[in-house]
Amino acid sequence: MIDRVTEARGFDTFDLRYVGLIVAILGIGLLSIHSVTHDQEGGIAPYYVKQIAWIGVGTLAFVVMWAWDYHAIARLAYPAYAVVLFLLVFVLFEGRTSKGAQRWIALGPFSFQPSEFAKLVLILVLAQYYSKAPRVGWLQRVIVPGLLMLPGLILILKQPDLGSGLSFVAVYAAMLLMVGVRSQALGIALLFSVMLFPFVWEGVWGALHDYQRQRIMAFVDPSYDPSGKGYHALQSRIAIGSGELMGKGLFGGTQSQLKFLPEGHTDFVFAVYAEEWGFIGVLVLLVLFVSLIWLSLDIASKAKDQLGALLAVGIVSMLCFCIVVNIGMTAGMFPIVGIPLPLVSYGGSVTIMSMASLGLLLNVKRRRLSLFY
Amino acid sequence: MLGSYSETEYGDFQRRLIILRMGLLLVVALLALRLWHLQIREGAYYRDLSENNRTRQVLMEPARGLIYDRHGVLLANNVPSFSLYVALDEVKDREALIEKLSDLLELDPAFIRKKLGGKGGKLLPRKIKDRLTLRDAVLIESHRLDLPGVMIQVESQRNYPGGVTASHLLGYVGEVSAEQLEKPEFSDLHQGSIVGQYGIEKSFDRYVRGQAGYKRVEVDAHGHEKKAVVVEKPQAGNDLYLTIDVRLQKLAEELLGREYGAIVALDPTNGDILAMASRPAFDPNVLSRELTPKQWAEIVQDEGRPLNNRASQGQYPPGSTFKVPMAVAALESKTVSPFSTVTCNGGYQFGNRVFRDWKTTGHGAVNLHKALVHSCDVYFYTIGQRMGIDLMAEFGRQFGLGQSTGVNLPSERTGIMPSTEWKKKVKKEPWLPGETISAAIGQGYVTVTPLQMANLIATVANDGINYRPRLVLAVMDRVTGNLQELPAVPRGKINAKPETFRLIKDALADVVNVGTATRAKSSVVTIGGKTGTAQVAALRTGPEESIPKKFRDHAWFIAFAPVESPKIAVAVLVEHMGHGGTAAAPLAKEVIEAYFKLNEGQSAGTTDAPAADRIGATSEPL
Repeated sequence: MIDRVTEARGFDTFDLRYVGLIVAILGIGLLSIHSVTHDQEGGIAPYYVKQIAWIGVGTLAFVVMWAWDYHAIARLAYPAYAVVLFLLVFVLFEGRTSKGAQRWIALGPFSFQPSEFAKLVLILVLAQYYSKAPRVGWLQRVIVPGLLMLPGLILILKQPDLGSGLSFVAVYAAMLLMVGVRSQALGIALLFSVMLFPFVWEGVWGALHDYQRQRIMAFVDPSYDPSGKGYHALQSRIAIGSGELMGKGLFGGTQSQLKFLPEGHTDFVFAVYAEEWGFIGVLVLLVLFVSLIWLSLDIASKAKDQLGALLAVGIVSMLCFCIVVNIGMTAGMFPIVGIPLPLVSYGGSVTIMSMASLGLLLNVKRRRLSLFY
Repeated sequence: MLGSYSETEYGDFQRRLIILRMGLLLVVALLALRLWHLQIREGAYYRDLSENNRTRQVLMEPARGLIYDRHGVLLANNVPSFSLYVALDEVKDREALIEKLSDLLELDPAFIRKKLGGKGGKLLPRKIKDRLTLRDAVLIESHRLDLPGVMIQVESQRNYPGGVTASHLLGYVGEVSAEQLEKPEFSDLHQGSIVGQYGIEKSFDRYVRGQAGYKRVEVDAHGHEKKAVVVEKPQAGNDLYLTIDVRLQKLAEELLGREYGAIVALDPTNGDILAMASRPAFDPNVLSRELTPKQWAEIVQDEGRPLNNRASQGQYPPGSTFKVPMAVAALESKTVSPFSTVTCNGGYQFGNRVFRDWKTTGHGAVNLHKALVHSCDVYFYTIGQRMGIDLMAEFGRQFGLGQSTGVNLPSERTGIMPSTEWKKKVKKEPWLPGETISAAIGQGYVTVTPLQMANLIATVANDGINYRPRLVLAVMDRVTGNLQELPAVPRGKINAKPETFRLIKDALADVVNVGTATRAKSSVVTIGGKTGTAQVAALRTGPEESIPKKFRDHAWFIAFAPVESPKIAVAVLVEHMGHGGTAAAPLAKEVIEAYFKLNEGQSAGTTDAPAADRIGATSEPL
């Protein structure tokens, strides 16, 4: 088998640039987390220290996912998916509830969010599925992978975690598009989605919590604002806008320092950064993100086999989706759905998951030059 | 080959990747455009908004739960008061503000500085002073333009309508301290939060505390409130219904008067504390205020130690009241029979020492009954010597001596029930045989609290069944309106025959009828009891009057009534008042008679649980 003779290569300048970008983005995240939480109690340690610890664990995950042959990792996709599904069921019964959603499993003083890890596992499952055999016909290309995704999606929406659910669908859609869907199959799929939309919408809207409906309504109609949810979106816009070109400087962001923004260190960390570092800072961060994704797409295009290429595409599209939706929602372009900004937002699960994904990407690249068929 | 590309697939894939790159660039360009629009085109507009549209988070303190007595008489409530806050983020020149405030309110600048430097986020306004006088509040309001960030807020302040009444029981409240804030049970509190610091306010704090809410207040550049959004409503604490009857409580306190001492009245059938008085007392209204260090020092250094709850924290030798558990021990251990006698000629020779009886002429031949009625010391020296300290200690412990009664009050003391093991452990010395003889009449190492003695006599009255003294009858949930009754908690049973208790109770009834406590004899109800006179100084010479008061004996009386089916048990301790029969017994009689008069018409002693119809009705303050 090809897998066996795959030969891993060491570090090169590409890898250095790649890791350099990750470190730079993580640094920006730490700075903004520290800025917004420096006068808060973080529990056992200040937030930025805890985030450093998460990055430490994330580095470990990165190295493991980089070092271990991705073919071997992909072979674990289905068992891993089973574990994730179990955890998602478990979290519904035993999870820790916060803001009306039951997403966390408590582990001593920490808690982790299985839905974050479910995203990466879904990528593995779909990549493994498509690369295992030539999948032909719309049934094999669209329906079967869709059914694979469905249980995880339903469990995540049940929590409810709209943001993770949407990224789930986004990963599926992106991989579907990359393996290619014949127009006929695509047509049928589209037809079905259109026909099912009213039911799906009913199901989705009905499953949403009040606060989520209010967020969406506040987006559609800012005057629909019974208890200040649109106010939240407005204050986020004020924070970003008042940063102007140069920003207000570290610790200078009056909007974020006064903590009108809940989740200023998590989902709304971008608003904090934009307020304190201005449009210049925003451009720097966007360039860093685009460069990272650009390099990742290079990896995808030069992957030595379909499995590698699909893994790379899945990971890239997931990260893109999170980045775009997060920045879009803080800037008032999308409704607030609660997606953290990868590598920047505070949070153990999302940081570890993002870094593990990037390690897997580099893994694909690391093995691409060996035995190119 | 599995897992690899066909040529056409490879080509397709590369083409799609290029589309993906284009799509990505397009989306990022859109984001950048949006951010450019927000930050550059409309940046000045948003900067204006951010400068004029400050949002401040303001805590909304919860109202503490109310405290009532068993009949719904209000003991603790909340009244509005003015508090002074400073919003740190609006203070430009802190030192100037400190100077102005200290001038206006005549406060120590260091005190204000300390308050401003307290823990918490920049956003949380700091409380500088509460219970401002109306004059001060008006003064601050009229200088408001010179005092940016200073706010006067109306808050609820704990108030005890009865003043000193039941002060040790109720306790007082105060700002949560820095050390308390470190503890997990106070994790939901903030600097300036009010918590119980003593008494029931402390031990039941989690019931009455409630939960703070907060509102978000938008203020303009001048600090004027524009819009307030209540984000989370504060939740009032739950109400407590105590077991005490405040009429009995007040009577007990009046009976003690200016003397130092304690009176505890229990319902022996369920452990309810009907009254628990301790004198001297303090005014919880004063202590719940922020005291100056000088005021605090005055209270702490007061020789009468008014903060000490003598009922549960005062430890005294039990004197002859200790003969009650000793009599049970002697009968149950078969050391004596009810009929066996000891000859008392006024002293007991042990080695080369003579232990004297209080009656120098002696009591003659005494059996157990007579020994209790006339409190013959020699009889108990003898049986104590026969039983030995460890057997005595075993029975003492069964009666709850040397251990906590489990009453839900902070810092209860346990007293000491000595044993050979105790002495080895604590004093690192072997037990001396002579010490057994002192212990037999409740002297020497033995110490007890009045609450323990009340509990002990209640146990005897209840034929050995013992309850944990209970302070709170029921808790009313402010949210659901549910009244949750806290059940009586049985603690154990004395290992003794009913016959033994019958004998003892007969003797205790005769103590009042013909013995040392005839002053407790009542025309209203039959009373049984035991006097005690606890020696303070080991050596006494001359008549009582010539001894300085602080060396005079403590007077004890423990009692229960009616003898036939006891409904109330009382322990009275008066410090340095000499004879129990003279100084303590009449007080117990008054309390017992009052109890039966107050409960006339109803079968005496039935627990008058706070009926549902009482709750919510305005109860008249004391």
